[in-house]
Amino acid sequence: MATTYFTEDHEWIRVENDIATVGITDHAQDQLGDLVFVQLPDVGQSLSKGDATVVVESVKAASDVYAPIDGEVTEINDATASDPSLVNSAAASDGWLWKMKFSNPDQLTGLLDEAGYKAIIG
Amino acid sequence: MGTEENLKQLPLDDLHKAATARFGGFAGWSMPITYPLGVMKEHLHTRENAGLFDISHMQLFDVAGPGAAALLSRACPLDAAALQAGQSKYTFFLNDKAGILDDLIITRLGDEHFMVVANAGNAAADEAHLRGVAKDFDCKVDALDRVFLAIQGPQAVDVLRKAGIAGTDLAFMHGFEPKRGWFMSRSGYTGEDGFEIGLPEADARVLLEKLFADERVAWVGLAARDSLRLEAGLCLHGHDITPDYNPVDAGLLWAITKPVRETAGFIGADALLAKIASGSDKKRVGLKPEGRQPVRTDAELFDEDGNKVGLVTSGSFGPSAGFPVAMGYVPKALSAVGSKVFAEVRGNRIPVEVHSLPFTPHRYFKG
Repeated sequence: MATTYFTEDHEWIRVENDIATVGITDHAQDQLGDLVFVQLPDVGQSLSKGDATVVVESVKAASDVYAPIDGEVTEINDATASDPSLVNSAAASDGWLWKMKFSNPDQLTGLLDEAGYKAIIG
Repeated sequence: MGTEENLKQLPLDDLHKAATARFGGFAGWSMPITYPLGVMKEHLHTRENAGLFDISHMQLFDVAGPGAAALLSRACPLDAAALQAGQSKYTFFLNDKAGILDDLIITRLGDEHFMVVANAGNAAADEAHLRGVAKDFDCKVDALDRVFLAIQGPQAVDVLRKAGIAGTDLAFMHGFEPKRGWFMSRSGYTGEDGFEIGLPEADARVLLEKLFADERVAWVGLAARDSLRLEAGLCLHGHDITPDYNPVDAGLLWAITKPVRETAGFIGADALLAKIASGSDKKRVGLKPEGRQPVRTDAELFDEDGNKVGLVTSGSFGPSAGFPVAMGYVPKALSAVGSKVFAEVRGNRIPVEVHSLPFTPHRYFKG
């Protein structure tokens, strides 16, 4: 059973066993506008919570996507690098960015649930 | 981006809100940045159909009187008296050092009557400058309060024709006053055929209703305006040209005719002529980053040996080009098309090739 968490930085984290899948929220992609470039991390890269892990660039500007928890990158979604508009059209599903094996489950308790995130974006 | 409270609102702000535009601050104005179509589709729509831009943040100056031509020939590197009635010309205000205070389009409307179109960010400074120079001339300078609309794209002319708007027979870089309080020119900032129309607010609301009855017309925001002009190789004052750059550096000497240089009656003439004689050590060029990653304004440029050699002054993604596009300054020796430099982006050096300008061919209507 997967559980989805959110961050105040407009990321979603879907957790299944010890693997977390990370992407940006639909609200985030809407705010950024048409994406033209996605720079993904390397598989095997070790991440600390708060690390700038992915860069997404719209026509106008570049934005960082941060690691929501500590862990190690196990898989990246190359489809978003070859077609950044996938993040616009399917931010919460096919437009996921990376998967990570996380090391500190306690960090999940600091994240938002869907209701908490919705309250933030209004 | 400024804070909402401090920003001036466009006269048609309510229409942009009704169109659910997303707003941002630019040059002191709350401007529609994108509409629900989004920057990419707005950009492509302009290249294929007719994009409508609210550019009321820009400033129109009406200059009239027996000394009007002489004033403008002093304030700008321009022979205003040599312009035909109806002819428009791209020109500048220069400072004493030939630095570019602003770039402008001046249209001759009559024997003693001209329209000056200036950038929003410089409107107050331009007005003070122009009034200061005008003290020595017999003429009147009026800063006009108008809605200013641009309709751009291959369908623009037909849209206006179908809406019954006079002026669709103008050639590019020509303008006139179709009726009292109106100014219309065939010009724009996208590289496409198109028109710019200044008019009173009430007339603008009527005109827009007519235009939006045509399904080829869509609002286009400031974001796409920027990517369109960048693909077209057109300068944005404050970025690609500033008082720190002169027309020689900027590669804009084509806008200053030989007779104007020889007469040297304009402000900044001595410095400009000296610069022409000595030559510039840098040049404004088009830049094409390798790959898909855009290189942005203020990214530093390096040569192969890692020496800092220049600066990116505008950078974005080019929706029509299909790759990132940029402009910037490089040394003369690295300015030939195909030259390789490197832009620093977040600590990485990205290979960038000097590219010809424009990135997307101009499609002006030459008549």
